[in-house]
Amino acid sequence: MTDLLTLAATTATGLPLGITEGGAWLLRNAWLIPALPALSFVGILFFGKRMPRGGSELGIALVGIAFVLSLLTAAAWIDHRDNFEGEEVHRAVAVAEGHGDASGEHADEGHAPGHPSLAVHNTITWFELNDVTFTVGTLVDGPAVMMLVVVTLVSLLVHVYSTEYVAGDRRYTHFFAFLSLFSASMLLLVVSENTLQLLVSWELVGVCSFVLIGHWWEEKPNSDAALKAFLTNRVGDMGLIVGVTILFFTVGSALPGQFGSFSIAETNALAGAGRLSHTALLVASCCLMAAVMSKSGQFLLHTWLPDAMAGPTPVSALIHAATMVVAGVFMIARMYGVFFEGFSIGGSSINLMALIGGITTLIGACLAFVQRDIKKVLAYSTISQLGYMVMALGVGAWTAALFHLFTHAFFKACLFLGSGSAAHAVHSFDMKSDMGGLRKAMPHTYRTFVIGSIALAGLPPLAGFWSKDEILVGTGGWGLFGGTGGNGAYTFMLIMGVITAALTAAYMTRCIYLTFFGEFRGHGNPHESGPRIIVPLWILAGLAIVAGLLNLPKGFPLVPESLQERFGHFVEPVAAYFPGISHGTPSWSLAIASTLVVLSGIGLAGWYYFIKVEAASKAAGRSLTELPDGLTTRYPLAKMGHTFLVQKYYLDHLYTDIIAGGTKGPVAAAAYKVDQDVIDGAVNAVGENAVKAGNLVYHRFDQPVVDGLVNASGRASSGAGWELRRIQTGKVQDYAAILFAAAMVLAGILIVIV
Amino acid sequence: MSVLASASPTFPVLPALILTPLFGALLVVLGPRRRPELLKLTAVLATVATGALSLWVLLAFDAGGEGFQFASRHAWIGELGISWLFGVDGISLFLIVLTGILFPIAILATDPGHDSRAYYAWMLVLEGGVMGVFASLDLVMFFLCFEIVLVPMYFLIGRWGHGNRTYAATKFFLYTMAGSALMLVGIVSLAFLHADATGGALTFDLVAIAEAQSIATETARWLFLAFALAFAVKVPIFPLHTWLPDAHTEAPTAGSVILAGVLLKLGTYGFLRFGLYLFPEATHHFAPVFLVLGVVGIVYGAVVATMQKDLKRLVAYSSVAHLGFIILGTFALNTEGIEGGLLQMVNHGISTGALFLLVGMIYERRRTRQIDELGGLQKSAPLLAGVFMVVMLSSIGLPGLNGFVGEFLVLVGTFNAHRWYAVVAAGGVVLAALYLLWAYQRVFHGPAEGDNADMPDLCLREGLVLAPLLALIVVLGVYPKPVIERMEPAVDALVEHIERHVDGFEEPTSRMGIDISPDGPLDGPADSEEGH
Repeated sequence: MTDLLTLAATTATGLPLGITEGGAWLLRNAWLIPALPALSFVGILFFGKRMPRGGSELGIALVGIAFVLSLLTAAAWIDHRDNFEGEEVHRAVAVAEGHGDASGEHADEGHAPGHPSLAVHNTITWFELNDVTFTVGTLVDGPAVMMLVVVTLVSLLVHVYSTEYVAGDRRYTHFFAFLSLFSASMLLLVVSENTLQLLVSWELVGVCSFVLIGHWWEEKPNSDAALKAFLTNRVGDMGLIVGVTILFFTVGSALPGQFGSFSIAETNALAGAGRLSHTALLVASCCLMAAVMSKSGQFLLHTWLPDAMAGPTPVSALIHAATMVVAGVFMIARMYGVFFEGFSIGGSSINLMALIGGITTLIGACLAFVQRDIKKVLAYSTISQLGYMVMALGVGAWTAALFHLFTHAFFKACLFLGSGSAAHAVHSFDMKSDMGGLRKAMPHTYRTFVIGSIALAGLPPLAGFWSKDEILVGTGGWGLFGGTGGNGAYTFMLIMGVITAALTAAYMTRCIYLTFFGEFRGHGNPHESGPRIIVPLWILAGLAIVAGLLNLPKGFPLVPESLQERFGHFVEPVAAYFPGISHGTPSWSLAIASTLVVLSGIGLAGWYYFIKVEAASKAAGRSLTELPDGLTTRYPLAKMGHTFLVQKYYLDHLYTDIIAGGTKGPVAAAAYKVDQDVIDGAVNAVGENAVKAGNLVYHRFDQPVVDGLVNASGRASSGAGWELRRIQTGKVQDYAAILFAAAMVLAGILIVIV
Repeated sequence: MSVLASASPTFPVLPALILTPLFGALLVVLGPRRRPELLKLTAVLATVATGALSLWVLLAFDAGGEGFQFASRHAWIGELGISWLFGVDGISLFLIVLTGILFPIAILATDPGHDSRAYYAWMLVLEGGVMGVFASLDLVMFFLCFEIVLVPMYFLIGRWGHGNRTYAATKFFLYTMAGSALMLVGIVSLAFLHADATGGALTFDLVAIAEAQSIATETARWLFLAFALAFAVKVPIFPLHTWLPDAHTEAPTAGSVILAGVLLKLGTYGFLRFGLYLFPEATHHFAPVFLVLGVVGIVYGAVVATMQKDLKRLVAYSSVAHLGFIILGTFALNTEGIEGGLLQMVNHGISTGALFLLVGMIYERRRTRQIDELGGLQKSAPLLAGVFMVVMLSSIGLPGLNGFVGEFLVLVGTFNAHRWYAVVAAGGVVLAALYLLWAYQRVFHGPAEGDNADMPDLCLREGLVLAPLLALIVVLGVYPKPVIERMEPAVDALVEHIERHVDGFEEPTSRMGIDISPDGPLDGPADSEEGH
């Protein structure tokens, strides 16, 4: 194998990376796609106010073109994936075979020995320093193309939706400008060729998120939420910066004669080939994981995401559900070689990533139960689903994670936009006091919302079912009736996933009941939103229905084999920069079991709300939102649990009051007190005493004794000193004279002694 | 003498850089007292001419060139070996350009209100002094300029400053003066000892002394400390920083801009030119002390900035944190660190200069800098808020803007040499976001009440003053290549100089400083084929 590697030398490492500089024009010039919305940002910023529609038309047009380009790029990629011929292909094949040998008997029926996928790579130099070239560029492969399509599509729909949703807003133009900037940054992120560019765009999306969350900054909670989002993300960014730096040097240590490298492909390939220190990879993975925890709302750093719902709903749909928050997931997927080795994902049964993902998915789902605000339900649901994706990556189910990312983007955006549509009609997000019974008034919103909910809950044949099932399979923990395989036996994760599935189904049932059933509890006459809201909703709902079919499992009956697992085939790289992961075998028994679990979740919640609460409402003569004598009123323990959930596990208290408040309050105050009283006090004391001593020395001793030097320097400084006397500030020229004199004396002493 | 390179242009541009503002000052002094607009015009023309000269230096500078360019030497006091000796390399080049750009902006941005003649004269003298510091290659010349700078600044703070200005001005003067007194001791001793050791004539030529390295190790360490104290006060390094918040806060806007933008760099520049270059061994010996103080400064400055109630004081304390980064990079003693520190000097000058301008603009409108008296300004002055936001993000070190590149290089360099310092410093990044964003929130967000509601937005003049700074913030963030290219030969030469003169020292690179490489002590999956 080593011979093979040496023979196939293409880079400084002697390791083929599975990338090519060739390929279709569109694949080589993918930078155009982020450039379009960036152009739109500049255009709207400078000319938006003068345009007839406040700049929104420019945003829609350019994002629309970007979407078309993304589709064309996807088409080009589909062709490239299987048909690209170049000398790199043969090398890649050699390495892929080498990989097979190296990674033992992880039989990879999915892809080997098929055609390898070669990512299209295109870079230019940003700057050079000390023989290190800092580049910017694009790395276009399956995950990148998939993200391009998802981001541009959702962004386009959100742009259209927003023209109605924020119509007449005080900062309409500003809103669209930042929507465009966000799209540009996110697109730049997904095509990043190196970790530094990833870091740059990572921060840029964070800033856009900050600005858009605080869009209505006149109200303090919105401004607070924006600040909290930025600061929490900053904590993670620190991890990212340190992680990227560690990887840079770690790669450098494996490259003879090179200082380091930011190249993603190179880093992954070296990590995959076992050329990098495992410890370094583990440390780097942990650091990067911190970044994922903040950006993708994973447990411990997730608290900003629900607060971020203070932003306008289209923003929540685009940034805080479909795209930006999955940046963390995408980053893991991008750097999978590093994580796979760092966390030893293959062949183990638990690791940090899987654990964090699993915990997040559970705690998010629990919190979704106690929310009154419809957007917060969806926010916690997003946290929970992001946890699902991270958990999937943690157990090695890479394709499943990305597939879930793909389907989730559609149905969660659909749900968010639906919640916005409902809230638009009733002017509130509070399900308990201002909603209820909306299904009659808002049939389109109602139907799309239900479709989105079913997809989220994961009932066949909607999108969420396929991706969720694939994740459960990928845990490799299901041993019944032949469904097994995967990278290790992550049984614990399987259990967490199944419980979450039940919880998800139940809280969405609650949400639908509170919003659309019962009697209307708010004020006024809600009515259906206009076409610019409805059409995007139906498009997303349609995708929520069919998107799952893109990745039908292998061996699915009635469907020709050429239509099975298309998503996995085109998205999952088969290249040296991607670790040789193995795939679990789909199992009917698991699919049926998980569906039954979901149905029982729906059934239980449905029984409570649609039967018990409905009956209680009838009895009470008004629309209730919970049973008057529910568990929490009857059992103190349940009450405590409920409070614990309502208080969000008290994490916000810990961060806001104790950590941030502590830094801003007592710690800073103490530091400032030290600064003023101790350090500055010492300075002042020294100054005062020096003045006293100086006066003493100057008048009693210095002037008569060392007069030559003193007078000389004293004259020099008093030349400028006439100004000083006018403003009566003191005797600076005296001090200056003393200092000069002392300096001369000391210099003499020093020279004599030495 | 090979270091004093090449390209002696026909026109002595470096002396011209120093003399133009001084000549301008003379014109202003002779000008009519009653016609402030004419005085301002003179001052603007003088600074713009200086700025143009500095840009000419930038353009004519040979990017790949070794050693000092535009060197010019004239004997001054021959018997003492003191000469007019000027030269520019990649280290001083951008500081000169920064000075050339910031001065016209500072003068255009605000009017003194009273005593225009003295004000403009002092500003011009200040510029001449600063240019002298950055261009001098003679120790006495350097020291003179280094000290001259204090006088105009003293008067600028003392006469045109705010509230507690006399205290602040005196404190500033005495503090920095006390620091530099020992440097004079050092300079004189160094020259004499050098002459003794080499047996040659007395000289204050920096290059000659530095290249000879004739001083005994132990002595050199003491001399280094004498220099270091002066620079440490000027930077300022924790715990010698307490003059800074007072001076910054009480100074007039232009004073704060120049103080933060240029004057603080005298210290960090001094460390590079007169610390690392003159005393490589001593620098290496004392580096741990400065690294610790740098990190402490980063965290401490940020924490204290968090609780400031005065916006200007907050920006002042943020400087303590930023300068900590520069110190950290400088004493990492590798190309990335030093270069990052150098870049940060320029970046800090631009960003913090712009922040002080903006705070000054708010103060002019509202006559207050108390954060809790402001609020909702984004409503009445959206443009101002937007500019403030961009500048603030650059100060935080947001990728894509200028602050990031320098900060990241410093972190990379430090990480390479001393891992844990870099990790703690990265924590400072979070804190920077905390105090600046929190301040932004309190000043610009929320409901606008009272006078805040109808505060006028930026006027054309202010926009024009800020525009070049904004452009630099974006351009340096997106395309730092031209700057880095020009800095690199000088930084490389400096690092080589240290390597040459310090036994057993090798530039900390990934093969050395970091022990998580495969053959490092942490563990070792053996198959590393590369040697050292």
